[in-house]
Amino acid sequence: MYAYDEIDRTLINERVSEFRDQVKRRLSGELTEDEFKMLRLMNGVYLQLHAYMFRVAIPYGTLSADQMRKMAHVARRYDRGYGHFTTRQNIQFNWIKLADLPDALEDLAKVGIHAMQTSGNCTRNITTDQWAGVAPGEVEDPRIWCELLRQYSTMHPEFSFLPRKFKFAITASAHDRAAIKVHDIGLRLHKNDGGETGFEVLVGGGLGRTPFIGKTIKPFVPGRDLLSYVEAILRVYNQYGRRDNIYKARIKILVHELGIEKFAAEVEDEWLAMRDNALTLDDEVVEDIRSRFTYPHYKQLTDLPDELKAASADPHFEAWRLNSVAPHRRPGYSIVTLSLKPIGGPPGDATADQMDAIADLADKYSFGEIRVGHEQNLALPHVAQRDLPALWRALDKIGVATPNVNLVTDIIACPGLDYCSLANTRSIPIAQELTRRFANHDTANLIGRLHVNISGCINACGHHHVGHIGILGVEKNGEEFYQITIGGRADEHAVVGTLIGPAVPYADVADVVEDIVEAYLALRARPDELFIDAVKRLGVEPFKERVYATR
Amino acid sequence: MPLVKDGKIVGDSFIHVADDVEIPAEGAVLMSAARFLADPEALVGRNNPTAVIWPNNRDVDDLVPWLSKLAAVALVFPTFRDGRAYSQARLLRERYKYRGELRATGQVLRDQFVFMLRAGFDTFEVKKDADAEAFAATARRYTVFYQPTGDGRITALHRRMQQRHQAESANP
Repeated sequence: MYAYDEIDRTLINERVSEFRDQVKRRLSGELTEDEFKMLRLMNGVYLQLHAYMFRVAIPYGTLSADQMRKMAHVARRYDRGYGHFTTRQNIQFNWIKLADLPDALEDLAKVGIHAMQTSGNCTRNITTDQWAGVAPGEVEDPRIWCELLRQYSTMHPEFSFLPRKFKFAITASAHDRAAIKVHDIGLRLHKNDGGETGFEVLVGGGLGRTPFIGKTIKPFVPGRDLLSYVEAILRVYNQYGRRDNIYKARIKILVHELGIEKFAAEVEDEWLAMRDNALTLDDEVVEDIRSRFTYPHYKQLTDLPDELKAASADPHFEAWRLNSVAPHRRPGYSIVTLSLKPIGGPPGDATADQMDAIADLADKYSFGEIRVGHEQNLALPHVAQRDLPALWRALDKIGVATPNVNLVTDIIACPGLDYCSLANTRSIPIAQELTRRFANHDTANLIGRLHVNISGCINACGHHHVGHIGILGVEKNGEEFYQITIGGRADEHAVVGTLIGPAVPYADVADVVEDIVEAYLALRARPDELFIDAVKRLGVEPFKERVYATR
Repeated sequence: MPLVKDGKIVGDSFIHVADDVEIPAEGAVLMSAARFLADPEALVGRNNPTAVIWPNNRDVDDLVPWLSKLAAVALVFPTFRDGRAYSQARLLRERYKYRGELRATGQVLRDQFVFMLRAGFDTFEVKKDADAEAFAATARRYTVFYQPTGDGRITALHRRMQQRHQAESANP
């Protein structure tokens, strides 16, 4: 974990005091709502359908047990006893009072947590692989670079009022768990032929009403030049990004309108004029940040200890282990995913009691560390394999051991019309209904890896475009309809899904998904041909036929 | 609109000259970019200070040949949400080494002062009286800065290095 020092803590406290003053000025009427809006957004505060919503950053998805306990405290003290983990390594509280916000921020600041730039037209929380630092085969821990980017982008004096929001994601693994191709800037950490570490830089990815897969703007930028290169991109975007139309203001539109070659040439010109400036990272500075990350004192253990072999006789444990436990870079250790997708529950929600219990389990079994992934699940990144049976029993007791990670019930969904002022349709009840339909673990397991993503409006917070099955709610004459896409994916082979036909009414969505799944089961070449591969091989037609033949 | 310069509320020494008004021979004048670019040689040749209001959608490169002769450049924030002038300010200060007055105009509110100071502005046409009065306190609110800019403030990264080197030399 990265340890904040006095310098980082001072800045967070200064920010809290500034926001306290801004809230005071808003409550006294000195600031208009229009003036306050941008300021509250830059501190993670939205005005939603029913109340203010408060979005807190979990930089690069890493949390300490104490930080998690503080989230539980905020949920309990200022909200209704739960929080919602989002697709961008944030947590949201839905029922908070404006007057309480400065106190909530002050409480969070005590454990080095803040809500800076979790919204607004600035650089948002830097996200990465939730398995960063522990995934086997990783080039190096990408969180060192996330932290450098976090510091670089926090209160940036040039880029705090960009044309639109701006999102970075980094991966350091061949298998991309950070969805870098659907971010404004995606960074792939790798080594070049000379053994030097650097980044492939992608730009202009994003979902929303105009989905784009990011394009490579430069195949290799050395680590020392990372900040100056992204500054060049941001400067070109700040000056030439469209401000006449909010729907065309994201960098993806600028890249699309100019073309990647022209955009890349603009960036290169800008970069050549400024490279080797004060942003260049010398090794000493990078090493200093690296030294501020602490890693567990792992024990010398071996894989597959006797405790694990014995427990595997229990089919319930074994089903969970096969589904939720992943290999670790250290022998004898595992990465454990905690499903926040219980059957019939809203995806990504955790109660304060669950958060406290997870914090205690992290202390007991995972060196006090917790991760948050973009799939809206949590992970304990350093669990000794011999502890897995005991951990499983404890997780099961608090309802976060549903063995459905990456299966059809591991649904990504936005809050939809139940909470969000932008949404046209509901998302959560659809997710709940689908989890009930596919509740049988054997059936879900037979289907295999299948990502269902649901968005309640065109803004695509549920990332429906990149769901293997994507569900987008649209309102027609006051009724909820849903467009269905298939074949999307958010990993290293990211692609936007294809619409299979006309939108279907709310009541039919779960039936349609069942039809698609049945078609897949009938059409797949082999039991291990994944849904996404079958769609790629067959195209949408056979699925379309199956869904619309009787409708 | 109150003007804050070097941290204090001051009177404006520039006369704002509209495009259809003749430029007076005497006194410091501030005019539009279009007006200035119509005859820049003559205007910078006046014996009195000349200043330009530069729009935020025009490349500052066009202004560069005249920078050393300009007494002030005013950049524009048509709304506080439009951040283009921050980039222009940094380019003028850091890349083109402009040392004259750099003025922020338009929707200039106290919550932007720190960003503007860091980007290189030294003069502010502030929208609200109360914000102008709060300038000094607002400008001092932050003591930690993560990014290097031309304002010369030491960044968090380098402060840490200094602390580390000091600790090392104290305990060799």
